[in-house]
Amino acid sequence: MEKKHVEGDTRLNLFLYTLSTCIWCKKTKALLNELKVGYDYIDVDLLDEREKDSALEELKKWNPKCTFPSLVVNNKECIIGYDEKRIREVLSNE
Amino acid sequence: MNEDVENLYQRLKEEAEERGYHLNPDTSFTKDLVASLIINENRYGYPSCPCRLATGVKEKDMDIICPCDYRDADLNEYGSCYCALYVSDEVIDNKKTIGAIPERRGSERQASSVIHVWRCRVCGYLCAREQPPNICPICKAKKERFEAFEKGPIH
Repeated sequence: MEKKHVEGDTRLNLFLYTLSTCIWCKKTKALLNELKVGYDYIDVDLLDEREKDSALEELKKWNPKCTFPSLVVNNKECIIGYDEKRIREVLSNE
Repeated sequence: MNEDVENLYQRLKEEAEERGYHLNPDTSFTKDLVASLIINENRYGYPSCPCRLATGVKEKDMDIICPCDYRDADLNEYGSCYCALYVSDEVIDNKKTIGAIPERRGSERQASSVIHVWRCRVCGYLCAREQPPNICPICKAKKERFEAFEKGPIH
């Protein structure tokens, strides 16, 4: 699967599910960049059908409605949507 | 490409205002969404919502072709549609601020919505929706001029 990595602070394990066309996903990426944290992401809309199905299977475990963006933190919590307050909170606690 | 975005932006803005809707006044935000609508149009053959994953099968994506089926209910409840391309009067008047909103598609609230028939008391225009439109698309009367339409004998 075509997972992309953004360099930065790696104290938290962050995985972000996004759509390349989604403005709230872009805002989430911009926020993570601003906070200088490292993260992996996949633009699910750009995957081929097989990869898309497996990405959605994974995402479903965290967010059954499979909406974007979904940010999985430390394989423990999933922040759904551009929830700036919650993202800042989680990242500042580390 | 930039010219395409500008043209579509202007067209959507004019159409929205004509029909009692508003595009998001944050133009760089809105033009980004418009550019994504063009990407989806080219990719799928129809402008599906940039913030939702389309299947590429038009019948399955019909409800999320922009403007989506959920726009008006979300405008009423949150002041913006799901992607925030469209915003409500309150947002334009700075009485309400917008942010990311929950997905209505596939939720219980979607299924429980009650559709009424509304009648424009000025020109008689009828429509079947949860709420009357903000302005009558025929005579431009405001929302408050609509009444619930009761079926009865026509004389």
